[in-house]
Amino acid sequence: MSDNIEKKIIKTIKIDVDKCHGCRACELICSAVHAIPKYSSNNPARSRIRIIRDPMRDIYVPVFAGEYTVAECAGRDVYTIDGKEYDECSFCRASCPSRDEFKEPDSGLPLKCDMCEEEDEPLCVKWCTVDALIVEEREEEVEEPDEVQEQEELELGLGSLADKYGLDKLMDTVARLSEKE
Amino acid sequence: MRYAETGFNLEVDLSRGNIEKVATDPKDTELYLGGLGTNTKIFWDRVSPEVDAFSPENLLIFGTGLLCGTPATGCNRTIVTTISPQTKLMAFSMMGGYWAPELKYAGYDKVILRGKSKDLVYLWINNDKVEIRDASHLKGKGAIETAELIRKELKQPKAQVSAIGLAGENRVFYASVEQGRSSASRGGIGAVMGDKKIKAIVVRGTKDIHIAKPEKFMELCYEVMDYIKWREDHPIPGVTPILAILGSPQEMAIHDEKWHTENFSWGNARTRRRDFWTDDVSEEWLETMTKARTRLISCYNCSIACGATISMPGLSTYMMKCFTKLTYTMAAFSNLEFGLTIAHHATEYGVDGYSAPQTMAFALELLENGILTDKDFPDMPEDNEGKFFYLLDKIVRREGIGDILADGTYWAAKRIGNGAEEYAHNNIKKSEQLPLKLSMLNPIYFLMYCTGEKMNITQIEGQFPQAAFPKKEHREKFVKDWFQVPDEKFKKYFVDWEPRGENSNPYYPTPEITCDIVDWQEKMHYIDDALGMCAGLSSFHLKPPYHIHNIPKMMAAAAGIDMDEEKLSQGAKRYRTLVRAVNMSRGMKRKDEKPPEDHWKKRFPELEKELLDTYYKYKGWNNDGVPTKESLHDLGLDYVAKELIARGFLSDDEYSSGKETSKVRETN
Repeated sequence: MSDNIEKKIIKTIKIDVDKCHGCRACELICSAVHAIPKYSSNNPARSRIRIIRDPMRDIYVPVFAGEYTVAECAGRDVYTIDGKEYDECSFCRASCPSRDEFKEPDSGLPLKCDMCEEEDEPLCVKWCTVDALIVEEREEEVEEPDEVQEQEELELGLGSLADKYGLDKLMDTVARLSEKE
Repeated sequence: MRYAETGFNLEVDLSRGNIEKVATDPKDTELYLGGLGTNTKIFWDRVSPEVDAFSPENLLIFGTGLLCGTPATGCNRTIVTTISPQTKLMAFSMMGGYWAPELKYAGYDKVILRGKSKDLVYLWINNDKVEIRDASHLKGKGAIETAELIRKELKQPKAQVSAIGLAGENRVFYASVEQGRSSASRGGIGAVMGDKKIKAIVVRGTKDIHIAKPEKFMELCYEVMDYIKWREDHPIPGVTPILAILGSPQEMAIHDEKWHTENFSWGNARTRRRDFWTDDVSEEWLETMTKARTRLISCYNCSIACGATISMPGLSTYMMKCFTKLTYTMAAFSNLEFGLTIAHHATEYGVDGYSAPQTMAFALELLENGILTDKDFPDMPEDNEGKFFYLLDKIVRREGIGDILADGTYWAAKRIGNGAEEYAHNNIKKSEQLPLKLSMLNPIYFLMYCTGEKMNITQIEGQFPQAAFPKKEHREKFVKDWFQVPDEKFKKYFVDWEPRGENSNPYYPTPEITCDIVDWQEKMHYIDDALGMCAGLSSFHLKPPYHIHNIPKMMAAAAGIDMDEEKLSQGAKRYRTLVRAVNMSRGMKRKDEKPPEDHWKKRFPELEKELLDTYYKYKGWNNDGVPTKESLHDLGLDYVAKELIARGFLSDDEYSSGKETSKVRETN
């Protein structure tokens, strides 16, 4: 356990699925503000926020684009909340091969929310006048791992790879990767 | 490059199964503004007056507004245009929801359907890939159910679906097109869709809509948003609840129904119940609504949330907005629970919420008065609510008496005969109206009822208060922040308007002033219908966020076309005149331009004639209501004048209004 504890400001968006009306203004304005030049085009398919929306089952979940992933996960669970069934994917932020969300429609390249760094606040939040989206800044204590611990973790990880693939193959791969760099 | 619009229409010939993507002329947008404006231009050019609603040559146009798909709040309307089987005139019903922006993102401004398919089909538009698909498995399915099934079969949860139910398939004259939370209900558009054997139009689009001057446009959009917020905190005092706040009448959110239930008529638009709204009723209806309503919901890019998802016990969820909440309840003298339950069936069948309940109440009135007999209603339940469910089923299936009632009260009365026509008493131009029966003639409303070509008062009224405010100080306060007026004179018109005395209805506003007011009201609706703007944020309301001063700037910034107040007013007038030319050439007459006889108790034939004469002149129409050659020329519509003259609706030497034309063709 590391003793290096640091304080950091974490900026997140709080989502209230009960307040969402499903108007998709967030999707529209996200696509507009990220257009080049700014606001020059509109296309919710380029948006980094999506409402997972199924009006007949009263499901409205705004989700922000998170990390890109090459492979889909095993998550096929269904959550029942207030009597409504949600797929696990309804809450997932990944740009993932299992679905169309968070990919540029032309290139298929992954999209990721940048919290509208250049604006005063994320524009989806500004355009959500029903307050389903609220920016929250909070201070969090973050553990910073020290060097000894990092080295231990690295050796553990490499050891497990060597076990799995053999040390020679691992060394070849590391050598090839370092050539590429 | 085209801005705000895509510059392409999708032309679909259902008879041949041919699909074409056709580039449009940007000049038409400048002249006719887009949306209903360009729909009308296409109609004039391509549908001759001989074409019937159910002829293969009739077009069914699903048009998007010019600003749909842009960040302009609340601009999401689909404008559907065709020949109405009921009025035999041009029908132009509109719907909000999500369909129009999706079509724009797919790369099209309009879908233009012609011909007839042999078998039931649906159209699937996925960006550049467009196909006509078999819909035989969807025959008889509900409109909402159909949308769900199609989304599932295509594996396209984000596709937007406009569909018809059984009423459309069976060509009920007041069948609607349903789109989840919205519907295009007036004029029997769903019947034309059913006649063309097209069950649904399904769209998914992932392309860009470009903006000409992005920074300027966003500045204007933010002004609108800020004003909407301000209006939320500052409801207008002294008017009914639905007029105090913005929205397509906020019937789902507002619970106080004293005004509607006590001022509108029940049954077949007959009975006022002045003491209806008691504490007990209020409590019961509140409980019904609270249990039924799962969530308030919005249309695309709008925060107002005028709609709601409604779930009644044992029935699938459906969505509702506006006054359908009460039309079934009041037609059947029942309660809100009944109204919300039968509206579920009506939405899945796809029928208009004004015409359907009224036609059923009309049928029962004919039964009570012996014009129809029990033999016409075999196995009809005894209870009142049961009768309405029974009749709705008969109508949408066109079974027995239902086949006659499916044509609406006007045509049904003609077919039934035996004095039935007197019971079809609440129509204008063959189309059922809101059940409103009042005492003193209001000159403004008189002209709107007479000359409105959307057959629906809510689609022409707005901007100007519906009645004079009691005290002068209230009127003066009202006009203080009334910056939406096109001219300062409107403030004076309103301040001078008194509930009683010399400056009151029916002689004040004077015919001249009335013309100014009505023209302004109507103009704002026509502008909205070109842009795809919701009247609930614009033309229907007092002091709306969109008005004649900011709309031209928004059009210029978004679409990159040269636009100012005068040019916009001229454009709206141009295509409004074109609508009139279409309808006049289809046999609409001055004698058709009148409110129901019993709309007001106190009528003034001479004044009414003067009002209509003055207004026709004001609009540049002759005494028959046909646009004059001169006014058509001023609007750049010489090609229309030529055609009207050739067809005998206008005489060649007619340069000013006032001259009777003798060659007007008698139809019907």
